[in-house]
Amino acid sequence: MMRKCLPLFLLALLALGSTCFAKDIKVGFVYVSPVGDAGYSYAHDQGRLAVEAMDGVTTSFVESVAEGQDSERVMMNMARKDYDIIFATSYGYMDPMLKVAKEFPNVKFLHCSGYKNAENMANYFGRIYQARYLTGMVAGAMTKSKELGYVAAFPIPEVIRGINAFTLGAQSVNPDVQVRVVWTKTWYDPATEKEAAKSLLDVGCDVIAQHQDSPGPQEAAQERGVWSIGYNSDMSAFAPKSHLTSAVWNWGPFYKEMVQQIIDGTWKAQFYWYGLDHGIVDIAPFGPMVPEDVQKTVLAKKAEIASGAYQVFTGPIKDQAGTEKVAAGAVMSDGDLLGFNWFVQGVVGTLE
Amino acid sequence: MPAFSAVRRQEPLGWGSCLVFFAALGLAFLVSGTLLAIQGKPALTGLWLLVESAFGSRHALEDCLIKAVPIFLCSLGVGLTFRLQIWNIGAEGQFALGAVGATWAALTFPTWPWYALLPIMLLCASVAGGLWGAIPAVLRLKLRANEIIVSLMLNYVGILILEFLVYGVWKDPGSFGFPMTSEFAPAAVVARIAGTRLNWGLLLCLAIGVLMTVFLRSTRLGYELRACGENVRAARYARMPYAFLVILVMAVSGALAGWAGFLEASAILGRLQPSIMSGYGYTAIVVAWLANLNPLIIAVASFLLAGLRVGMETLQLDLQVPAAFGGIMEGFILLAVLAGGFFSRYRLQMRRAG
Repeated sequence: MMRKCLPLFLLALLALGSTCFAKDIKVGFVYVSPVGDAGYSYAHDQGRLAVEAMDGVTTSFVESVAEGQDSERVMMNMARKDYDIIFATSYGYMDPMLKVAKEFPNVKFLHCSGYKNAENMANYFGRIYQARYLTGMVAGAMTKSKELGYVAAFPIPEVIRGINAFTLGAQSVNPDVQVRVVWTKTWYDPATEKEAAKSLLDVGCDVIAQHQDSPGPQEAAQERGVWSIGYNSDMSAFAPKSHLTSAVWNWGPFYKEMVQQIIDGTWKAQFYWYGLDHGIVDIAPFGPMVPEDVQKTVLAKKAEIASGAYQVFTGPIKDQAGTEKVAAGAVMSDGDLLGFNWFVQGVVGTLE
Repeated sequence: MPAFSAVRRQEPLGWGSCLVFFAALGLAFLVSGTLLAIQGKPALTGLWLLVESAFGSRHALEDCLIKAVPIFLCSLGVGLTFRLQIWNIGAEGQFALGAVGATWAALTFPTWPWYALLPIMLLCASVAGGLWGAIPAVLRLKLRANEIIVSLMLNYVGILILEFLVYGVWKDPGSFGFPMTSEFAPAAVVARIAGTRLNWGLLLCLAIGVLMTVFLRSTRLGYELRACGENVRAARYARMPYAFLVILVMAVSGALAGWAGFLEASAILGRLQPSIMSGYGYTAIVVAWLANLNPLIIAVASFLLAGLRVGMETLQLDLQVPAAFGGIMEGFILLAVLAGGFFSRYRLQMRRAG
């Protein structure tokens, strides 16, 4: 009797073991800056924490990883340590990731903000410009001087796209508005970015928006008693008196979706560019100074964009020189958006 | 209470200074371990993990060697100027110019075969980096401008030149507006040593390391360099070519940093982009001091520092220690080793009362 049962018993144990002790899926994240910066990497790390909360998934990360050889080594190290999924969240990780992806075909790679794919490597980004359009509407409604200031990092398509969307949003509620752009050539440098904001305030801007990871511009706006629009995460804590709203990242749902698809085997290595429709981007709660009718208009537009009824870059759109670049009724393609290298009319600044 | 006074050693400490070095290292590790424990991380496991992930496998050793190459080249050059009591803080800018020089060659002669192109790239990197290094030397000699300030300021200028080029005329049209040159032709890429992840730049380091040791120990100019460093007045009185030496060491130092820029652009990135600047030029100052300006020890120190940085990444990944901890630990090690240097030169003597 015992002898007959033993194999069965062992089999049962084995089955039990494989369900109870199934290997956790290991997910690694590579960040370009420290996660404590309240900015870009912080937002990604909030997404990681959402993945960490999933059953059967463990996560870890390496922060402050320089683009180039350092990032290649970090990703290689993760792959060797049997990580199943690797997210790299900065543009400069693209080519290193492609190299590592070729060496580890069984690991799934996801790269943020680039454009290269492989069989086991997808790229993804969020349509933060949709949120920027909405914040532009708020800024346009609140300005008195009709001069908005925009402290921007680098003249690359991602940033240019955001400035253009912000400008179009502001013009949609206040046609004469101008947006003044200052480049800091930094992603995270609180002092420089605050100074840049001050220079915009000096020329009469009364709303400061930013494409930076530090809350420096928010503080500058609050000190002068004017309004500000944040970025990355809800920046109201840094300037409660001036903060109107922020264009924010919400990576959690997307990261969970990707990991779940990989576990289920339904994942595809393609380009994911989700927007308000997937909740990957959003605007932070309005500050108490934003009038209710403005809030209503903005939220109505948000619903329109999320449902696909309205596209941010719908013609007619003119460039700075007044030449019509997008005909009335036409919509810019994703390809054009990804390579955006001109400013729309109403932006004051150069692309250098 | 016994009082101590420091007395300069008459004889060099010899192997004893090795002991001092390891004691200092041990102390730095002790402090780091304590810091880990304060964060609620396992201290001993953490330190072991750091060492093991830096030096404990073939992969790890390869990673350390790759990372050590640019640190070594920059440190070797910086160390050479320090010997002469000339303070080159500008390796960062010379590195940038070297990368720019090599990239110019790679983009200008893309169809050349590797045996012609790579030497030209190396030459251009040496000339660009060397000239950049010679500027503070000439200004010091002609205008008595402080070379520390000039070389430091030229860092910013050098990096801006690099950015100007990759944001402007050299920008790859296919990069969606991102600042980077197009990928180099395969002939412009320093090849990997077969069967490893290392590239042949390592051989270049080996050769220049040996050459530098021989130069300093066994040539007349090397002797004069060391003599000028000890006492400029006496050396000048002996008609040693001080001005020539100043320009020479600054140019060589710049050229070596330029080599590092060339290897990073060619072998590691395969193109020029702003993220090539990782602060190796500043790290070099630390390494040169740690190594007491000795070429062999510079090589060891570069390797160890590279190991520390590589190991820190694993420490982050496995224990989720913040990245800043690596910087803190690096600082402690430097502080402890430099403070330990005091005991190599002085000994403590108990002062008797009365």
